[in-house]
Amino acid sequence: MKTALDKIQAENLACERGERTVFRDLNFSLSRGCALSLEGANGAGKTSALRILAGLLGQSAGEISFQIDEKKITDGEERGRFVGWLGHLDGIKNQLTVLENARFFAALYASDGDVDPTLEKVGLARALGLPAQYLSAGQRRRLALARLILSRRPLWLLDEPLAALDKSGKALIAEFIKAHCGAGGLVIAATHDPLGIDAQTLTMGAS
Amino acid sequence: MSPARALLRRDITLAFRAGGGAMLAVAFFGTIAALVPLGVGADLPLLGRIAGGILWVAAALSALLSLDRLFQADFEDGGLDLIALSKLSLESAAGLKILAHWLTTGLPLTLISPLLGLFFNLPAEGYVALVGGLAIGTPALSAVGAIGAALTLSVRRGGLLLALIVLPLVTPAVIFGSGAVLTALEGGGTAAILFLGAFSLGAVALSPFAAAAAVRLNLAG
Repeated sequence: MKTALDKIQAENLACERGERTVFRDLNFSLSRGCALSLEGANGAGKTSALRILAGLLGQSAGEISFQIDEKKITDGEERGRFVGWLGHLDGIKNQLTVLENARFFAALYASDGDVDPTLEKVGLARALGLPAQYLSAGQRRRLALARLILSRRPLWLLDEPLAALDKSGKALIAEFIKAHCGAGGLVIAATHDPLGIDAQTLTMGAS
Repeated sequence: MSPARALLRRDITLAFRAGGGAMLAVAFFGTIAALVPLGVGADLPLLGRIAGGILWVAAALSALLSLDRLFQADFEDGGLDLIALSKLSLESAAGLKILAHWLTTGLPLTLISPLLGLFFNLPAEGYVALVGGLAIGTPALSAVGAIGAALTLSVRRGGLLLALIVLPLVTPAVIFGSGAVLTALEGGGTAAILFLGAFSLGAVALSPFAAAAAVRLNLAG
């Protein structure tokens, strides 16, 4: 990882969607090498919180700051440059092959990672030339995971990362999160199921 | 490969794969151009005079066909989030998508237009103005269309709304484009082509910013 993201901090974050307050007074801070598991009932605003952190959605109150080498970044679009995103929509094009999809995203994120070995690591070595429309839901998830690794971003924001994955896939996610944190990265995952790693837990909608 | 080249290449590839709009626009353009002479009848001088107008209207409609997918496909499958978080700014991404759309619709339309001019018995003096005008003016169709496509992003089945937004805005291109063909037939000057060029340059320069702003609004919506 080229950029050192030391710490992220959210203070009194609030989110409103269509006149309705989804959540407010969300506070947390996360240092490098740590993972945070975002929990809460359906509709508690986990996905909205992730989108706000990534700068895709504006918060209605509060501040998010990324600490990068003594510098503080608060602007949404600047924050986005540090984010590796795994949403519940996968952005995979059915008309392109697995390899074409992965190569495109590696180039889009100007990644210096190797595409083929990464696809092999997530268990897609035998599907490289297959059009993505023939992939199963779990295989699509694995391809999205490969893309996340290829993005080489310090902060991973994961929305239900375990969805559709089989046992070995779930173990794979845990392994990759551990490796990412071990290399000094940060992970925030919205999830209903235990991730299988040591993580701080933040329950939304509990107050 | 740079991020910009990767996006351009992917959008062009997708336009030519199954479900892409590239060949559809050209086929639609050709079909309209083949139908009109059959409907109007074998009045050769009349056909020659209306060729420019009909082909320009047909070009505007054909460009519309694939416009609704310009941002929509990426919006629906979550790819637009990933593009927004990538190294590219949304402005450059919008510019590249406009370029890809023009390369896969406007450019092929321009290239087959001389053949369609033959269907209309377009006199020889008209061809340079027709092909040149389309080459200069079709980027404006893609550019203005991109603004409409970005605005109607979160509207389900926004295709008709898109047509209602975009077609009035591209009337200058249709007026000056067909006007250029007519003045060429009458041995007139180059004023219409110059106006067309000015409109096109303005549209291409401004639209990436307008489209990116509309995409941003829709992503946050």
